[in-house]
Amino acid sequence: MDQLIPLDYQTLRIIWWLLLGVLLIGFAIMDGFDLGTAALLPFVGRTDDERRVVINTIGPVWEGNQVWLILGGGAIFAAWPALYAVSFSGFYLAMMVILLALILRPVGFKFRGKIENPAWRSLWDWALFIGGFVPALIFGVAVGNVLLGVPFSLDETLRPAYHGTFFGLLTPFALLGGLVSVAMLVTHGATLLVWKTDGTVAARARSYGIIAALATVVLFAVGGYWVANHLGAYVVTSVQNPLGPSNPLGKTVSANTGTWLANYAAHPWMITAPVLGFAGFVIAALCLAARIRPLAFLGSAVGILGIISTAGLSLFPFLLPSSVDPNASLTVWDASSSHLTLWIMLITTVIFLPIILVYTAWVYRVMRGTVSTTTIDRNPNAY
Amino acid sequence: MIDFTVVDLSRLQFAATALYHFLFVPLTLGLSFMLAIMESVYVMTNRPIWRQMTMFWGTLFGINFAMGVATGIVMEFQFGTNWSFYSHYVGDIFGAPLAIEGLMAFFLEATFVGMFFFGWDRLSKVGHLVVTWLVAFGANFSALWILIANGWMQNPTGAVFNPDTMRMEVSDFAAVLFNPVAQAKFVHTVSAGYVTGAMFVLSISAFYLLRNRHTALAKRSIAVAASFGLASALSVVVLGDESGYLATEHQKMKVAAMEAMWETESAPASFELFTIPDQATHTNAFEVRIPYVLGLLTTRSLTTPLLGINDLVERAAGQIRNGVVAYESLQTIRKNPTDAEARAKFDQTWRSLGYGLLLKQYRPDIENATDEQVAAAAESTVPNVIALFFSFRTMVALGFYFIAFFAVAFWIASRNKIGENRLFLHVALWSLPLPWVAIEFGWLIAEYGRQPWIIEGVLPTFYATSGLTVLDLALSLTMFVAIYSTLAIIEVWLMIKTIGHGPKPLHLPMDEPIAPGAAFRPASAVASRS
Ligand code: HDD
Ligand code: HEM
Ligand code: HEM
Repeated sequence: MDQLIPLDYQTLRIIWWLLLGVLLIGFAIMDGFDLGTAALLPFVGRTDDERRVVINTIGPVWEGNQVWLILGGGAIFAAWPALYAVSFSGFYLAMMVILLALILRPVGFKFRGKIENPAWRSLWDWALFIGGFVPALIFGVAVGNVLLGVPFSLDETLRPAYHGTFFGLLTPFALLGGLVSVAMLVTHGATLLVWKTDGTVAARARSYGIIAALATVVLFAVGGYWVANHLGAYVVTSVQNPLGPSNPLGKTVSANTGTWLANYAAHPWMITAPVLGFAGFVIAALCLAARIRPLAFLGSAVGILGIISTAGLSLFPFLLPSSVDPNASLTVWDASSSHLTLWIMLITTVIFLPIILVYTAWVYRVMRGTVSTTTIDRNPNAY
Repeated sequence: MIDFTVVDLSRLQFAATALYHFLFVPLTLGLSFMLAIMESVYVMTNRPIWRQMTMFWGTLFGINFAMGVATGIVMEFQFGTNWSFYSHYVGDIFGAPLAIEGLMAFFLEATFVGMFFFGWDRLSKVGHLVVTWLVAFGANFSALWILIANGWMQNPTGAVFNPDTMRMEVSDFAAVLFNPVAQAKFVHTVSAGYVTGAMFVLSISAFYLLRNRHTALAKRSIAVAASFGLASALSVVVLGDESGYLATEHQKMKVAAMEAMWETESAPASFELFTIPDQATHTNAFEVRIPYVLGLLTTRSLTTPLLGINDLVERAAGQIRNGVVAYESLQTIRKNPTDAEARAKFDQTWRSLGYGLLLKQYRPDIENATDEQVAAAAESTVPNVIALFFSFRTMVALGFYFIAFFAVAFWIASRNKIGENRLFLHVALWSLPLPWVAIEFGWLIAEYGRQPWIIEGVLPTFYATSGLTVLDLALSLTMFVAIYSTLAIIEVWLMIKTIGHGPKPLHLPMDEPIAPGAAFRPASAVASRS
């Protein structure tokens, strides 16, 4: 069977590592502005009309955007089952908090507008705020923890066990990761609001956006400095066969020896990623200040791409290093699904992802134009 | 050692969240199609009342859909959070349909559902109709893929165990896709959803007629619901029968338990109409039986005998012993991956490995299991007979009730007498919860009847959990119960309020043309025609 597959196992593993990046970046860019907008909701909108403008800006599209996250989960399950198993059970309570926050989003959007009572509406505004802010924060904290190494082990049947606690996740470096993530998504949400709305909402979003963009640049720089000077990295010390079976226990890894910047020294082209990360948010801040609206949005999207790629490239070939049992760390070469499954999933993705992009683009085209109280009042289905 | 509190709490949490998710799913499946039908009539006839109907039922659809999404997100991640050994053990096969579901179904459904609500004044009539159909197709594709995943758990074909990676891997993806169990499940489950949608529309319309409100909308809605419901109710029962037929091929124990059939029945088996099964003694207190029916239902023949629970337990004991051999060879392979003899032995016996793992509930070193432990493990393959027996009978009884109910509705509708018979309207109103009862019992049969397996014959449920603490689960379970109950109350209350308000007026602000750059014709131009 495997001989019939035109791409070898190693190539497919690399492709799926890239696709994992595409999905996470897709999520952060597409659903990221929904999260950022929701996190800004109580602050950029002070009256009910203003808040309705904010909500209806993302109202028609946020549901489709959220599927990037769902697909991300499904694709990790299909292509990196060990990663799906170890990370989600390890971060159990953190995941539960994220789920709780995400549960509040769909109902918040749908239920808020059904009753005209200020207390009711304010309740759901804060629910939406939680639904935006909390996932943004925790996803960043999780990435921070991955760079630090996660306290999990695997027994000889590859059963994962987790040795940390929920509060153990909240180390200073991980919280810095959380702040980068919040700042980055808030910027992104703000650039969308500036683009799609007018008046007071846009004006407030502009100020928040400029602050958040600058904060992203600073926090990302602090993170880089920390990684370069204070953070040990993980290094695979045995030879790994990129074509070998997916069994993480077949290698040796040393913890806290190298630096996560080693890949950049070996492959200088990778520096593009952090450069894009900085440049994107500088551009976003400048364009917000100069009121060049779509370009600000594009700038923060590029910045997000740069920052997430930076984390991914630094870790390569690691997906999830283990701090208590480094040899059990998951890498691109030993945590994927089988050759056949990767191939089947690649074919499906190559067929469906372009179709999804086409109809998503169509929807955005149909919904183009600014959102205001007039456009909302005309639609009895508006939130 | 295995912590059974963690196992039980994990099961409880999965059962609660899944059953909860499935309160909303069937209504989405059914209503989305009915919306598409109603809007099609609107586009063909140009009568605004049909657009009003689409929008009114669409509002209720939207409230329900939000809950479906909220509870669905939890499902997507729960395999990893709570069933991490399972996720690693079968992720190679099981993850694929879940990911394809995202690519093929969720994106479609979720992207266009926004258009359904926000696109009325921005799309042409036909454009909007296409959007509504795409939502309906998206919902049904999603059911297809998740049931392919679930069907594989009931009948795990197309996969082999790989000792080098310690997990099941795909060997034949087509077998996973075209798994007959998944196909039967798909049709049965979506039809059940259509029945739910039809009952929902019919009951609420009956309520309006009883109150003499919105009669034009209610009568037309009943006409749609009656025909759609009748077709779906027939399909549920005919294909429910198909499910039963396939379950006998692949899950003999489940069928025997559903029938409380302790002893092997010589052909043709009779159907147990009523009895009180006793799990401890493997006997039934008094029985009411119908000859021949069970044999026909499950084997489609009058000559094939049906295996009873006692014989199946004995068979399981043999498989457990084989499983221990497989386990021992696996241990040898792990120590010495090139041991050809052990590999050959493993290749012969791996299909029983899961049965061997059943012994892990008693001891970690299963190769030293005693005869009593083997016997106990074999007995543990019997699911809870009483629960299955009565759940199954409730579901089947409701199935026949739905056929009768929708047949009457259809007859009344086709004679143009909707609203004249108040008794029928009352019956319709009070039948509202029944599809949900049938559906939740259906899942109970399918899932609880599969116990002790999380994957039939391959992986025991107790062996599949994450290494969580009781505190973790207590916190998460409490959280789910609290938030789900709160949201459920709010949801029902909003639905009732929306129903109380009734449909929005025929002429809406969006009928006036403005929308920059949007191609649409003002519907008010045609409104005068109805
Ligand atoms: C027979 C159909 C069926 C079954 C058995 C399930 N679902 Fe479901 N699911 C749907 C049919 C559906 C749907 C009809 O497509 C929903 C319900 C309401 C909705 O909004 O979409 C949905 C929503 C939904 C969502 C939100 C999708 C979105 O944002 O649009 C997710 C992530 C899941 N489901 C995941 C699951 C998982 C992991 C399941 C198994 C354990 C599961 N569902 C069982
Ligand atoms: C939404 C519809 C579903 C409902 C209502 C449902 C119902 C249930 C119930 C009642 C249980 C508990 C059984 C027990 O522990 O005794 C259960 C368990 C489980 N089901 Fe389902 N199920 C649904 C869909 C699915 C699907 C589609 C899958 C797989 C894709 C699935 C996988 C599981 C798993 C992994 C468990 C946990 C192990 C167990 O306790 O059996 N379920 N489900
Ligand atoms: C004569 C009528 C019916 C028969 C013979 C029947 C048969 C079955 C059988 C054998 C199963 C278990 C399949 C398995 O073990 O995997 C099942 C499951 C189920 N049933 Fe029914 N059923 C009937 C009516 C209904 C009705 C009226 C509904 C709801 C409206 C319904 C909803 C379900 C659901 C949701 C499931 C779980 C999904 C599945 O396994 O397909 N059934 N049914």
